[in-house]
Amino acid sequence: MTPSLGKDLLGLERLSGDQIKLILDTAEPFKEISERAIKKVPTLRGATIVNLFFEASTRTRVSFEFAEKRLSADTVNVAASGSSVSKGETLVDTARNLEAMRIDMVVIRHGASGAAQFLADRIESNVINAGDGTHEHPTQGLLDLLTLRDHFGRLDGIKVCIVGDVMHSRVARSNIWGLTKMGAQVGVCGPRSLLPNAIDEMGVTVFNRVEEAIEWADALNILRLQLERMTAGYIPSLREYNRVFGVSRERLERAHRDVLILHPGPMNRGVEIDSDVADGPFSVILEQVTNGVAVRMAVLYLLSGGKPELAESAKRGGGER
Amino acid sequence: MAAPPKQTTILDARAFDRTLRRMADEIVELNNGTEGLVIVGIQRRGVQLAARIVSSIAEREKIEVPQGALDITLYRDDLQTVGPRPVVGQTRIPVDIDGHHVVIVDDVLYTGRTIRAALDELADFGRPRRIALAVLIDRGGRELPIQPDIVGKRISAEATQRVDVMVEDIDGRDAAVIAEREAVT
Repeated sequence: MTPSLGKDLLGLERLSGDQIKLILDTAEPFKEISERAIKKVPTLRGATIVNLFFEASTRTRVSFEFAEKRLSADTVNVAASGSSVSKGETLVDTARNLEAMRIDMVVIRHGASGAAQFLADRIESNVINAGDGTHEHPTQGLLDLLTLRDHFGRLDGIKVCIVGDVMHSRVARSNIWGLTKMGAQVGVCGPRSLLPNAIDEMGVTVFNRVEEAIEWADALNILRLQLERMTAGYIPSLREYNRVFGVSRERLERAHRDVLILHPGPMNRGVEIDSDVADGPFSVILEQVTNGVAVRMAVLYLLSGGKPELAESAKRGGGER
Repeated sequence: MAAPPKQTTILDARAFDRTLRRMADEIVELNNGTEGLVIVGIQRRGVQLAARIVSSIAEREKIEVPQGALDITLYRDDLQTVGPRPVVGQTRIPVDIDGHHVVIVDDVLYTGRTIRAALDELADFGRPRRIALAVLIDRGGRELPIQPDIVGKRISAEATQRVDVMVEDIDGRDAAVIAEREAVT
């Protein structure tokens, strides 16, 4: 019996290792579709998907939109600015109005942690979390897992260190939960002021010095340093941050082996990552972007499942025998 | 495992091998040689059969014709009604199929719906000069106007029966069997 994902994808914390593996395995054949002359399969023909983005996003929104279009779904983008949201409409009213127009799925990004869950509990459509506050960004976590698995051939036993502002990062949370469920060892490294207080309960190794993290890790996932963290007093200055925690070529060369470099983007070159690392031979940052489309296609496909009561009749007609 | 299901063998291992070799010869004959030929198997067992046909052609003609694999899951016409999403396999078309003679290989031809999906999928890769269909077993029961060009063995199976093809690489032996649906788990 293959596992199913259920109605929504809200985070990796609640998925089982089998469910994560199902998504990664399903993403594998979807990579090929983006290499075809006609980059489109008819799978979600007739399905309507709303991309509801309450926060600015280019990469994630475009990636979802490509994934939806390559599966032949009809898509509508709603951005918070310039919509009725800016007129004070509540999240649920917005979603219910959209649902009244007969939609099938909602991809939501929202500044409040738990927004995707809140929506999923209240509407019939499938809900996919594209980032909620500082909680989770499951498809980013999944594409990081896929990229790591591509390179190491497995996730079990590999050592991945997340470097930077772990406290405010939904990418970090999705990575920690996803990686540990798949048997990887996870480390975190960053200024103590940017590590969550409860970090010791997350089953990760804490590194205070980036040199030690590099020495330990097979791969580094380098987080974007939000520039507003400086004005908020979490770090003294960007230059100081770069001097202490920035991943530079010199630091990588001192390690005794190759360390794979991931970054969820957008990058602050010269702050958390130096240009010769970002563009260096061990960087898989652009592969992450390519894999993002495949992972999102896999999630859309798996969640689009039909109605359970029809499963029985489908078994009879499924496949030629 | 319950009691052994009642099965009748359509092809045993030796007949299976002989049939595939004949199909390989017929493919070359149909194409007047191996020029422009591409053999594409349908996941999963069609891919194994395609590989066997390609090596059979290589033995006789001393040439390795390009071979591909097609997974038609995303083109199925019943995706809106099936329950849990079916597992998607790998599609791999190694050459530009424009102007080529593509031979689709599958294990069992029944309703014709798989082949309809395969034709749609191939069209997304290019415009072949010709597409032909080679199947190991044609069991009858078509629901679409699709007919094979090359057939290993033609039988007339009832709707209550299922035809299973087993191949060495996946199932540990080569055979084609027919059984009552209820009897197969």
